[in-house]
This record gives sequence, structure tokens and C-alpha cells, in this order.
Amino acid sequence: MADELRIEGLVARVGDREILHGIDLVVPAGEVHAVMGPNGSGKSTLSHVLAGRPGYTVTSGRVLLGDVDLLPLEPWQRAQVGLFLALQYPVEVPGVSLGDMLGAAFDAGGRDRSELASRIAGEAERIGLATALLDRPVNVDLSGGEKKRNETLQLGVLAPRFAVLDELDSGLDVDALRACARRVEAATTEDGLGVLAITHYRRLLTELKPDVVHVLARGRIVASGGPELADELEATGYASYLGDAAEPEPDPAAEAAIAPALDPFADPFADPLA
Amino acid sequence: MEPRALSVLTPIDPAAGGAPDWLVARRRAAADQAATAEPPSTDEEVWRYSRIGELDLDAFTPVDSDAAPDEAATVAGRTVLDRVRAAVGTVAGVVLVVDGRVATCELDPAVAAQGVVLGPLAAVDDDAVRLGLVAEPSDLFDLLSEAQTIEPVALVVPRGVAVEAPVVVVDHIAADGAAVFGRLLVVAGAASQVTIVEWQSSADVAALCTPVAEVAVGAGANVRHVVVQERGERVWQLGHLASRVERDGSYHSVQLALGGSYARSRADCRLAERGASARLDAASLGHRDQMLDFRTFQRHEAPDTTSNLLFTGALAGAARSVYTGLIRVEAAARGTNAFQTNRNLKLSDDAWAESVPNLEIENNDVRCSHASTVAPVDPDQRFYLESRGVPPAEAERLLAMGFFGEVLDAVPVPAVAALVREEIAARIVAAVRPDTAGGAS
Repeated sequence: MADELRIEGLVARVGDREILHGIDLVVPAGEVHAVMGPNGSGKSTLSHVLAGRPGYTVTSGRVLLGDVDLLPLEPWQRAQVGLFLALQYPVEVPGVSLGDMLGAAFDAGGRDRSELASRIAGEAERIGLATALLDRPVNVDLSGGEKKRNETLQLGVLAPRFAVLDELDSGLDVDALRACARRVEAATTEDGLGVLAITHYRRLLTELKPDVVHVLARGRIVASGGPELADELEATGYASYLGDAAEPEPDPAAEAAIAPALDPFADPFADPLA
Repeated sequence: MEPRALSVLTPIDPAAGGAPDWLVARRRAAADQAATAEPPSTDEEVWRYSRIGELDLDAFTPVDSDAAPDEAATVAGRTVLDRVRAAVGTVAGVVLVVDGRVATCELDPAVAAQGVVLGPLAAVDDDAVRLGLVAEPSDLFDLLSEAQTIEPVALVVPRGVAVEAPVVVVDHIAADGAAVFGRLLVVAGAASQVTIVEWQSSADVAALCTPVAEVAVGAGANVRHVVVQERGERVWQLGHLASRVERDGSYHSVQLALGGSYARSRADCRLAERGASARLDAASLGHRDQMLDFRTFQRHEAPDTTSNLLFTGALAGAARSVYTGLIRVEAAARGTNAFQTNRNLKLSDDAWAESVPNLEIENNDVRCSHASTVAPVDPDQRFYLESRGVPPAEAERLLAMGFFGEVLDAVPVPAVAALVREEIAARIVAAVRPDTAGGAS
């Protein structure tokens, strides 16, 4: 089998509305593929559909992780096969500790729980997350940067085969961004992690070096190229990919699923590097 | 009105248990009132949503106040006491009440030497230790408790004495068809300190019980009170927990309720003097067709008083719960801080919860809030756990256990919380994985 994450002809909708109109992508192990696009292009929908979040309907297409078709699987089974989703807005989970959550994931995968505590401690050290924060319920009262470090820590502990990073670079400071990006980059070289990095901005990609950059607009991959494509997007913006219709289609359901109050057109976090 | 011929209205000899004159008089008065009192009905706000209309008072018979407790029942009660005691470790004193009679009463001699008293109220020779010290009877069941409790139990901590280890009171019911009335009076003198663990258990019997606890917290005293209710699931319990806090005193109660067919707890807390504070916590878990019913009253009677209430309840199966709470701030109580939160977690579609918080404020210089929620497990939280590789039932279990964390983590005697946590965990496993739950009750 090919060690790759293969997306073929993926069509998905939210409610009655088709958001993804046929996505084709192949991420080989060890590679970083960036998916860049304007707000409303379907970036969040793509990440949620891959992870199996309720509320999205896939009408056609396949998603293969190695030789396993992910789409018939429940979210937890996809994770056990080796897919990890780093959420744009990590959820606060009162009353549940990181150790209990990851321990349950280890148990379900038949992995040895005895090494869990040392793995968590090691990853916390590596990602620069204060150990005092590890005793709190998952994500509760963490800053934006701490939450993204925590997502990355979990990626390190769970050691998936492929990671989907949904706007890992939103809502965090420069130091946290660098730490998270470097950790993921290291996983690609050390462990052969394949990465689908969904992002609006290029800044994530200065530390996490993409092999391929895809442009997602209006629910389709409209261009693919090398890292230079990200530079070009940074300079010219997405306008040329949006065709004649000036306004991008919003991705309201995807955004609303997590942050109902947010304007889907606005990046909720100002780009500190812009 | 003519006295009614209900079998539960079987006044005991008012002098039972060697009662002194004042107790005889109170028993007589309460018995007279009970004989003509109307049983509560759901027409009253404080009984609204309850199952009180289903209660058949004639189905229960008071235990014989002259007979010694059944030996097997006492052995069963001791088993409960031993279990609690083993978990708690060092205790200052223990009382075991079996079917309304005191079977065991022990007090650490070093604690007794400081003037602490633990035992039958009838034996306490102190004008300051009287029923009604904290609350006069509020309904028929309070009256029955007062009139017909065979051996009320008292704990008296003198001024300035700090009792370090907990005092454990186990109240066990084993008599089928019995009506068992219970009474605990705690009097904590000024600047004293004590922790009480009440453990309410029973065999699998159909019984009616009305445990009433009065807790008088003296000026500057610190009283912590844990009540674990794990009666059998055919028991009707109508409990009342009344506290009164004097100047700068503090009271923390934690109720952990799991048992009963219909189990009701009324909690009245009076912040009676300036600077008094109270923290009132509860966690409950109903399953099958249980109904757990909580009524709370935070009464601010004096300036600069604080009360903070957090009642959390989870419901599995076809269980039902009621929470109604009132914060009342009297005109004199300027500078009051009063908070009330009731959270309900529905673990099944058939579960039902009613939550009615209320405020009555007669002074403008106050900070008060109330909040209530009734909801299933949060779908975003569940997806988050699942996206890490946690199977749905396990995610639900973790989230449901997490729901209890805030209250269980605050139990003043962590060993008690650990015992209850085990039972909660077993029930939650049964609720979220009904096929695989082996042996969970």
C-alpha cells in the first residue's frame, strides 16, 4: 500500500448546500502540503469532513489513509487509523484531564498507557507548555497560544501518521507559532508524518516548510505548486483565483459549528505578522 | 380537625430514650401538630414537580421504640460503618444509627477531654443544645422527625475547640415497610472547628425516612458537613438540612445523593449574623426511574454575608430531578454576595430535569446571581475527545465524570469523595454502555 493520504473527488455539503465540489489531493508520508485559500473557500469544511465531524454530508468521493477508506469510519476510528486533526478552536473540556483523555485514546488503540505520562512530559518540554497547565482540565482557561501548543503536544504524544492542521496559526503569538510549527516539522522528518496544513496566511509556512501548496477557492483546488506559490499568494492575494464573482462564498456552517458569533468573513484573530 | 388514623402517626412515648422534660414537651407539641397537619401537596411551590402525591403514608409503620434493633440489621449497619471508617482513616468519633436506634457511639477520649460531646441528645445536659435551635419544623415530615425520632443524636463542640479528624454518623435502615425518623443536632461553639460525615444507607427495603439535621455554626466557627445518601432504590426519603451561621462563621455542606426511589432534600441555610458565609454544594446521579428532588434556601439576614451554591445533577435512564432554589436577601443584609448555580446533565433522552432558580432581594447593595442549565453531553466536547481516538461511550463516560469533578474535588473529606466517585463511575458506565455494564447497580 502507498503510505499516503489520498483524497479523491470529495464532494461534501452542509445541510442542503454543497461546499466542497470535488477535491483531489495526495499527501505522501513525510510531506507537508499547505492548503491555502480565502475565508469561505471551504478550508474548515475540508478539515472537518476528513475528521468526520457530525453535521457534514459527503455525497461522493473517497479518502484513503494508506489502504483504509476513512469515510465509513467514526471519528475515533479515523484517529486510531492514524489521522489527527488539530482544531482551529480547541475545545475546553471541563473536568477531563489531558492524561485521562489521551489515556482513553491509548487504551482504545491497544497502546501501552505506562509510557503516557513520560510522553506527555517530554512533549510539554519540547513544545514549551508549562507542566502546571497539564494538570488543568483540557484547554480550560488556556490562552490561545497555550491551546495551540496543547494541540501540538497531543499530536506529539499520539504520533499519528497524518495530521490535518486547521489554521494552526490562528489565535496565537509569534513564539507559540514558531514552537508549534517546528514541532510539526520535526515530526515530518523524524516520524514521516504527513501534514495537510490548512491556512489563510503564509506565516505558518516559514517554519513548517511545504512541499506542495494548493489553493482552495470556492470548494475546489484551483492551483497547486511549490513553496513559491505561497509567496505569490502573499503578494497578490486570492482575488485572481476567485473569478469574476468578487465576493467569496462564505463557509458559514463550518465556522458556525465552533464559533457561532463570528463573522465568517472576518479572520477572528488579527495577523500579528501582517 | 380530628386527628387522622395514619399508621405513621404513632407517637412514641415522649419520654423514650430517657428524654428530659424539654424534649418530652417538644415531642408532645410536635406530635399534636403532626396529627392535624395536612400532608404536603404539589399545589405548594416547595413541593411542585415532586412525587409527593404518590406517597402512601399508610404503607409504612414506625419501628417499635421499645424493641432493640434487629441483630442482622446492626451487623449490616456495622459493615457500612466499617467501610466508611476504613476509607476515612482517623476519625474523632463515630455513631451508628440502625433503624432509628443508636447501635454504636464512640468518641476519641482525647477529643472528649476537650469537652466535645457525641451521643444521644437526651443525655446532653445543656440549655444551649435544643431542637429548634436552627429551624422550626417546616412541614409534616419535620414534625414527624421531631415527635417520633427515638434517639436524636447530638454533636456539641465547645468554644474554641478544633476537632481535627471527621466525626462519622452512619444512618442505616434495614426494616422493610418501616417509617424511620432521624435527627442530628450539631452545635459548634464560637471559634470551633469540626467536620461531619453523614452516611445514609439502607438494605434493599421499602421504607420511609425523614432525616433532619440542624447545624448551628457559632461565631467564627468553621463547620464542614458531608452528607452521602445511598439509600436503596425502594426508599422514600424526605430529608431536611438546616443550618444557621453566626458572625464570621463559615459552613460548607456537600450533599452527594445517589439513592432512593424518591429522595428529597430541603436545605435551608441562614446567614444570620454579619460576615457569615456558606458554601452549599451537591452532586447527584439518578438512574432507572429514580427521582431526586432538591430545594434550597439561602437566607441572608445580616450585612456582609456570603453564600455560594453549586448543585449539579446527572440523570440516566428515565430518572427525574427537580431543583428549586431561592436566594432571599433581607432588607438589613447590605453587602450580600449570593450565588446559585444548578447544572443538570442528561445522559438519556428519557431523563427529565426541572430547574427553577429564584431571587428575592430587599436591599440594593448586593451582588447576586443565579444560573441553571439542563443539557446533554456537549457535542463539541465529545467530538474533540473522539478526534483524539476516544470511542464515543468512553468520551461520554469521561465527560460525565468530569461533570462531577468540581463538586467531588471540593469534598472536605477526599476519601469520602473517592468512595462516591466509584459508585458514580459504575453507574455512568452502565448508563453509557448499557450492554457491557456488568454488576453496576
